[in-house]
Amino acid sequence: MTESKLDLLQGTLDLMVLQTLSAMGSLHGYGIARRIEQVSDDAVLLNQGTIYAALVRLQHRGWISAAWGISDNNRKAKFYSITRAGRKQLAKDAAYWQRLSDLMGRVLTMDSEGSAS
Amino acid sequence: MSDRQLNSIAGSIRRGFVRLFSFFRKKPLDDDLNEEMAAHIDLAIEEKMRYGLSYQEARRQVMIRFGGVMQAREQQRESRGLPGLDILMQDLTYTLRTLRRDGSFTVIAVLILALGIGANIAVFSVVNAILVRPLPFRDPQQLVWVAPEATKCGFSCETYSADAYEEFRAQNHTFQDVAGYFAFSSSDNVKLTGHGQPTPATSILVTGNFFQTLGVEPALGRLFLPEEANKGARPVTLLSNAFWHTHFAADPAIVGKPIDLDGAPVTVVGVLPERFDFGSVFAPGSKIDLFTPAVLDDMRQWGNILALVGRTKPGITIEQAQADSNVVNPQLYFNIKYPQSLGNYKDQPIHLVGLKEYVSGKLRRSLIVLWCAVGTILLIVCVNLANLMLARSATRTKEFALRSALGAGRMRLIRQLLTESMALSCTGAVLGLAFAYAVTFFLAHQGSIALPMLSSVRVDGATLAWTVAIAIFAAVLFGIAPGLKASSKNVQEALKDSGQGLSHGRKHELTRALLVISEVALACVLLVGAGLLLRSFLHVLDVDLGFEPSHAAAISVDYDDGGKDEKRAAILREMLNQVNAIPGIESSGVVDYLPLERNRSWGSPEIKGKHYQPGELPGAYVYVVSPGYMKTMGMRLRGRDFTWDDGPKSESVIILNETSAKYLFSGGDAVGRMVVMNGQDWRVIGVIQDVHEANVEGKPGWQAYFSIAQAGPAGAELVVRTKLPPEVLASSVMSKLRGLNPNQPAAEFRTIQQIVDHAVSPRRFFVLLVVSFAAFGVILAALGIYGVISYSVTQRTQEIGIRMALGATISRVQLGVIGQTFRLALIGIAAGTIASVIVAKAIAALLFGTTPTDPTTFAGMVLLLGIVALVAGYLPARRASRIDPMTALRNN
Repeated sequence: MTESKLDLLQGTLDLMVLQTLSAMGSLHGYGIARRIEQVSDDAVLLNQGTIYAALVRLQHRGWISAAWGISDNNRKAKFYSITRAGRKQLAKDAAYWQRLSDLMGRVLTMDSEGSAS
Repeated sequence: MSDRQLNSIAGSIRRGFVRLFSFFRKKPLDDDLNEEMAAHIDLAIEEKMRYGLSYQEARRQVMIRFGGVMQAREQQRESRGLPGLDILMQDLTYTLRTLRRDGSFTVIAVLILALGIGANIAVFSVVNAILVRPLPFRDPQQLVWVAPEATKCGFSCETYSADAYEEFRAQNHTFQDVAGYFAFSSSDNVKLTGHGQPTPATSILVTGNFFQTLGVEPALGRLFLPEEANKGARPVTLLSNAFWHTHFAADPAIVGKPIDLDGAPVTVVGVLPERFDFGSVFAPGSKIDLFTPAVLDDMRQWGNILALVGRTKPGITIEQAQADSNVVNPQLYFNIKYPQSLGNYKDQPIHLVGLKEYVSGKLRRSLIVLWCAVGTILLIVCVNLANLMLARSATRTKEFALRSALGAGRMRLIRQLLTESMALSCTGAVLGLAFAYAVTFFLAHQGSIALPMLSSVRVDGATLAWTVAIAIFAAVLFGIAPGLKASSKNVQEALKDSGQGLSHGRKHELTRALLVISEVALACVLLVGAGLLLRSFLHVLDVDLGFEPSHAAAISVDYDDGGKDEKRAAILREMLNQVNAIPGIESSGVVDYLPLERNRSWGSPEIKGKHYQPGELPGAYVYVVSPGYMKTMGMRLRGRDFTWDDGPKSESVIILNETSAKYLFSGGDAVGRMVVMNGQDWRVIGVIQDVHEANVEGKPGWQAYFSIAQAGPAGAELVVRTKLPPEVLASSVMSKLRGLNPNQPAAEFRTIQQIVDHAVSPRRFFVLLVVSFAAFGVILAALGIYGVISYSVTQRTQEIGIRMALGATISRVQLGVIGQTFRLALIGIAAGTIASVIVAKAIAALLFGTTPTDPTTFAGMVLLLGIVALVAGYLPARRASRIDPMTALRNN
């Protein structure tokens, strides 16, 4: 491993799961984990098992729903999809992250005189 | 904004439910998760294999990516359910198992806790009912007791005339309304006829607006109408709920119907609600059955008769009402017909107090003392249990060491011990609640204890909250010390099978010794407090009341004299003659007001021509008595008693008490001298020793006795002196009375002792409770001492064995153990004595005839605790001396 992987900030995994489901539609747990790894070019430090805690949390909040189904290769698996409340939450959280990362970008690029470049 | 908050609250409640739900569906949810994870791993392996990896290699890589399956599962469980509850359930199951294994410990611990917590709950219910809970009226904070500050002439100085009442009601600006009741009703003052034998009942006159002012709504029917308090109005009455139940079988049809009271029809207009208990608020220890409107026009000549309750206007403070009353008071007429009676109340400024304060203020100090005593009991219980738990945890050292070696954190061990103490204390609390429920039920049905609001003592919501609070408090208190101790042990030390390491044993014993010392000290404080109160109570019982309560009994009698003095004298003379003829009756007499019950005054006797400062002479308590009454009561008389010759046509005679005679005649003999009272001349024919007329503990005031043939009595009580139990005489006396007056109601004898007991019942009540707490405290302290000494003997079996093998005698071993006990006890007693002195000073106001540093009490306490320590130490000492050196050395 050349570069150390990114540790996930609290709450970011939930947001990633929501975004993944929003973009890809219905997915099973492995699918979600795989997808997040692919998108992040394997830069995220994710034990795939931890995804299940996130999934149950999101389910309790009513942001995703789950149902047993059959995968492409004929396996029984639990499929998750985003709910309307989940989409709303995603929009809100995404906007928040956007603002935060903009802000952090500005703060971290501040030059020594203190004026923003 | 608030909408969002609401949403988020609703959301978290929903999530809470989902989590709770998950908690109870552990198995299916776990199965579901396992299946899901298995699918995940299979899918991943399949994908890897598609890239040409072998199954083993694919599986290896997949498992690495997945991370720990167990951790993932735990994580998922934690976010889905209630991890705290999971641990609690584990701890509880474990606790129940260990407690069941340790049956005798559990039973003792739970019983001690049940008694301690139960006593606390019971006392709290009493405190809550008497001090905390508002009076059961509408807006009770607006109600005030309108009366001058209590003085030396009893009820007559706390009441107002009908005219003064009306003037006050009309002239004030700060009261919504002012109501009153006739303060001189005696019990069983009316008879209910028309249902076979006449039955006695207690009726009280109240102003027409009385219930409206208090804010009491009738349970049935209606309250009085204003015109029903007018002269000549149709007589009406309201029934108390209890009377309605006992005498009218709770028949709703009674409303609107007439009942026969004293032979005249009176219409029942309504029934009062169950929660309205006049007696418990205004006259503790008595019950009122019927309420009738006071017709003020009939009462204008009766003097000061109305006790007043006002309801202030909203927003008016008691100070504002007081200022207003100060203005109104000098403008009151005693009787409006006599202009010179304007300003009669000037010298008795009104002193307003909240009704709640009037009803229960006097008891605050006693109740707080009681509360502290019972709190001390709880402390002792906790100390005792901490001790028991420590002893137990000492034997469980290895168990805890093993658990912490297996990875249990310190918090986890403390948590386990707290769960145990919580389980014990909750079980104790449940039992205690049952115990308290029985006690409060008993107290609420004790009509004879003269404490206000006692009938409303019950286990209610506040009590339950209090129970939970003290159960948790107790559990933390006695669970935390052993918890900290057990968890701080060195694992290695404990796991080594090293028997009793001396150093650790010492430290352990020090903690336990400190606990026992504090227990003894607390018991000491309780004992001294209880001892002082008990001695005060004995002094109260020893007070020379001025009469002999034993072997005397009273019964209310009814007669019809048509208001004529001669006729009354003849009737009563005949009645007493007949009663005296009954075998077993030594003497008898008639009085209108018995001592320690009701009282009244009619102004004061004066020496003719002598000028007195206004307010200089206290009003004299007035009694109208028949010849023979004083002898029957056992009053001590100098001079002569009334005779039947002291009739309406002969000279007016009076008997005074010592206090008044001494003041009036400044030490000279009063017998044979003349006094003026109510504008009339009276010859003093005798002086009696002071009688405690209003209370046992106070100083007697002025008393004046009149002949029943010369002054009109208010009711009549027949008093008899007999060695026989009064029940035996009841039927023969009653048949004589019925023979004279067929309308005599079926009254019952009350012994004079009962009346005295009633008067001292609040003190008896407190003393009984405090003494039983102290007894409980001493037993617990004894248990504590015994536990510690016995434990240390067990721990030192080997040592004692060696000593005995080396030639120590039995008595030497015994002395050693007893000496150890005494050291503990003495330190505890010394500390307790210091604390006791402070506490005793604090309760000095509650003592009677006893100084706070009463040497007898303190000596008694030291002696008692010494004996207790001796006994508690002797049992283990005996065991120690019976140790067989051979066995002791062979063991271990």
